[in-house]
Amino acid sequence: MAADPHSLVAPYALHALEDEEGRRFEEHLAACERCREELTGLREAAARLAYAAEGPKPPPQLRERILTQARNERRNVASLPARRRSWTLPLGAAAAVAAAVAIGVGTWAATRPGQSALAQVLSQSGSSLLPMGDSGAVAVAPNGDAALALNVPVAPKGKTYEIWVIRDGTPQRAGTFEGGSSTDVRLDQPASAGSIVAVTLERDGGVDRPTQSPLMATKAVS
Amino acid sequence: MTVLQTAPPPPATRGLAQLSDEALLSLVASSDDQALAELYDRFGPVAYGLALRILRDEALAQDAVQEAFLGIWRSADRFFAERAKASTWILTLVHHRAVDLVRREDRRRGEPLESAPEPLALTTTEGEAALGYERRLVQEALAQLTPEQREAIELGYYGGLTQSEVAERLDQPLGTIKSRMFTGLSRLRDLLAQAGLEGSYP
Repeated sequence: MAADPHSLVAPYALHALEDEEGRRFEEHLAACERCREELTGLREAAARLAYAAEGPKPPPQLRERILTQARNERRNVASLPARRRSWTLPLGAAAAVAAAVAIGVGTWAATRPGQSALAQVLSQSGSSLLPMGDSGAVAVAPNGDAALALNVPVAPKGKTYEIWVIRDGTPQRAGTFEGGSSTDVRLDQPASAGSIVAVTLERDGGVDRPTQSPLMATKAVS
Repeated sequence: MTVLQTAPPPPATRGLAQLSDEALLSLVASSDDQALAELYDRFGPVAYGLALRILRDEALAQDAVQEAFLGIWRSADRFFAERAKASTWILTLVHHRAVDLVRREDRRRGEPLESAPEPLALTTTEGEAALGYERRLVQEALAQLTPEQREAIELGYYGGLTQSEVAERLDQPLGTIKSRMFTGLSRLRDLLAQAGLEGSYP
């Protein structure tokens, strides 16, 4: 019986396919935009079923077991060039990853040893993290080097998010981004002590002066 | 009030608690173990509850959670190629580990699914209160599905049965099971989206 492959999207989201069925459905998925879109919503609903399973708390030693093993593994791979600096990458990295996924070369992104812009800034000693809005933060290094990590909806068509470093009441452009849950952007302006970092929604391409009040902003960099 | 379990250690001075799940994953991708600890503090309890429901064995449930978090540790960079929220990615990983383990152990067949849920401990932290809120939300949404939809979804998701095994167990054609899973899960998605619009956790 040749079943309609579209009909497997819900069982797949529930992890209720035999291994072989699952592999065949993944082949279909790679070629079927409709199923990929459907899967995004169904998988999110399926994942939330986890919350309905009540139970006791995990034993406290489980946390330590996991962290100990994770640290041991890191020690073993410390010689790999995972912390290599790639100064050319960060600004476009999120967009590049998005583009790679859009054209179906997710494996490129998956094997990229890159580090997020946020992680790069935080790896500099003396760096600090300033909360921004409900689900974001700006990392700032002592030399002003800064990166923004946010979870915001993708900007509407024709619009872009724009980052500002505001010093003494004067906003300076510090980059634009499209948004999305994994936004990770390096600022192209240093965020020096006393400045604040803010984000507005502007027309595509960005503007020289903000045209609206910020959607979100940090406190002053110390 | 007596605090029975030690609270998770404060995430130092780095303010990791302020970061989104996605930002934490980006730190995990660069081998930041404090970020992994923060993710564990957020998702460990729900992960363990799920694994225990599926596996019905504390040692196996711990193994599943451990494998899942080490999977997150090893492959967090792969998340950015997914079009999903971090929470979805993490909980999917936990679910897959637990189901794969239960299939390997073959522990699931013939057991009733109506496990009596343990009474929830008094909520003491903000995280636990949020967890309780999300739990009620999903339980209420589940209760609005038809019994047939709910049964097919629960046998698959919590029971670890494949669609063919669900069909066999319920003595229904496979097409019927697929369709119940699809309509049920779509409905659940819509109900949860609606609940998310109507009110959010304070």
